[in-house]
Amino acid sequence: MISVGGLARYIVTRLAVTVPMILFLLTFVFFLLRIMPGDPVLAMLGGRNISPQLIEEYRARLGLNKPLLAQYLEYLSKILHGDFGTSTRTGKKILEDILLRFPATLELAIFGMLVAILIGLWSGTYAAIHSDRPADHAIRIFNIGSFAIPVFWIGLVLQLIFGVWLKWFPVAGRLDPKIAASFQPITRFYILDSLIMKDPQLLADILKHLAMPSFTLGLVLSGLIGRISRSSMLEVIDKEYVTTARSKGLTEPKVNYKHALRNALIPIVTVMGLQFAILMGGAILTETTFSWPGLARYLVQSVDSRDYMAIQGAVVWIAILISTVSLIIDIIYSFLDPRVRY
Amino acid sequence: MVRWLTKRIHLRKQRLLAIGITVVLIFVLVTLLAPWIAPYDPVNYMGGGRLEPPSASHLMGVDNLGRDVLSRIIYGGRIALIVAVSSVLISLSLGSLIGWISGYYGGLLDRTLSLLMDSLYSFPSMILAIIMVAMLGPNLLNMIISIAVVYIPSFFRVVRGQVLQLKSQEFVEAAHALGAADLRIVLLHIAPNTINSMMAVSSFCIADAILTEAALSFLGFGLPPPTPDWGFDINTGQKFLLSGKWWLITFPGLMIVLLSLGFGLIGEGISDLLNPKRKRKLA
Repeated sequence: MISVGGLARYIVTRLAVTVPMILFLLTFVFFLLRIMPGDPVLAMLGGRNISPQLIEEYRARLGLNKPLLAQYLEYLSKILHGDFGTSTRTGKKILEDILLRFPATLELAIFGMLVAILIGLWSGTYAAIHSDRPADHAIRIFNIGSFAIPVFWIGLVLQLIFGVWLKWFPVAGRLDPKIAASFQPITRFYILDSLIMKDPQLLADILKHLAMPSFTLGLVLSGLIGRISRSSMLEVIDKEYVTTARSKGLTEPKVNYKHALRNALIPIVTVMGLQFAILMGGAILTETTFSWPGLARYLVQSVDSRDYMAIQGAVVWIAILISTVSLIIDIIYSFLDPRVRY
Repeated sequence: MVRWLTKRIHLRKQRLLAIGITVVLIFVLVTLLAPWIAPYDPVNYMGGGRLEPPSASHLMGVDNLGRDVLSRIIYGGRIALIVAVSSVLISLSLGSLIGWISGYYGGLLDRTLSLLMDSLYSFPSMILAIIMVAMLGPNLLNMIISIAVVYIPSFFRVVRGQVLQLKSQEFVEAAHALGAADLRIVLLHIAPNTINSMMAVSSFCIADAILTEAALSFLGFGLPPPTPDWGFDINTGQKFLLSGKWWLITFPGLMIVLLSLGFGLIGEGISDLLNPKRKRKLA
């Protein structure tokens, strides 16, 4: 399908666009943090009755007394060497902090995306096949409505119904505190860990904790996927090759799912790259609602304590992540659509 | 504006648009008339019980500080509407201005501006808004500015695309040939043709800005209490969720959904008007 040389060339051209993008975001956030009011030293020391000497000493230690441009260039050279600096809040290396929390966020994001794809693809396809019938109208109303639902609110409503009233699912965290006490994570992707340990009870508990957060995150995105699936399915459903498949005597499901859906998938996959950014934004709110110990909560806490280095580090990390995902999706796209060559 | 509306809209045929406008108008009226409609004071403790479920005297219950939830919700609409509409107006002006310039002049300027806007667009807007509002400090103006920055790229993209498309059209070339100045061409010939799609984009952005505002307040980056604010009230309600006080989160959340949906439907309606074929294909 794709030649290795062509793909490599494509990746290089993509990087030529991606690197300035990340650089711009980094620069934007760097100067934003420093131009605006709010002092990390005061936040760090608690803000009351501190001698000016102590403040100066801390500013010097954090390098905040140097000229802005010097700080910026120093930070750039450090980040190019993979050094994200040290957090003023946790006192640890920021890259370590991020790597510690990132698996939780990625696990949530993957399962959220999975839920969104399942609901969206199914409902969109169903609506297109039953176009202009009551089911179609209901699905369309849901698709429009899903844009208006605040992620954090639907999370709380689910907590209320399934956690507080029905008591089916736990309302917070990744693990039961009792199990967590003895649990030694290997990869920090808990599902993977439980599979490595071959511990079905652990896996069950992890899935139980993951269920509501990923459903919350997925539900909000499913409307968008449902919408695109429906329109893209309608686009192909009266194409000649679908009629041919039907006239060959293939069964209805085979026509719809094998011949129509497969071709309808192409535009659906294209929009997924963009959705990953929305997903990360939604993850912040989901993590807050469900006390999920992930990257997004780390970012919010860092913002609260004016932890400049940690905020910058998290922004760069998320920007790199989003670019990588969109690159991967473009590559998948070329496999789905043989006409695309890089 | 009015002529534009009457000329194109047959409200009876445009159900989505009609519902959307009705919902938004109701919210605008209720928040404007809040002092006369709200049964109790939204901010001060009124005496009586705390955390009471909905009843005949308090239709949506009482919160942890003994305040009437319904009254707080009525006033809370003010913040939501003011913040969402004004921030989108700012993004509309800045975004379209940059979009016109970028699309019209092209070249290196266009490439640089597009790259900057794409970077902003591809990054989770919620994270940018949080960082900005936290650093600026929580007040009404700062909240509006932070949310405005988030939506600039949306307008930039639409306007730039339209300008690129219009630039090569004959009527623009004719204006050029007649010796019209750049500014005149942009303002008189190109800008009016981008208005329609900008109205649709504005509605979608306001719908989303309502969610962003609520989310910022929910995370604790909003206006300081005791200002009635839907997002903040949900945050408060979360603390009493485990004890089953359902009314504290339910009603403010429903209001967010309704108002955001209202603007979303207006956006859908306008998009249908602009492109009748779209109706069948998109939701």
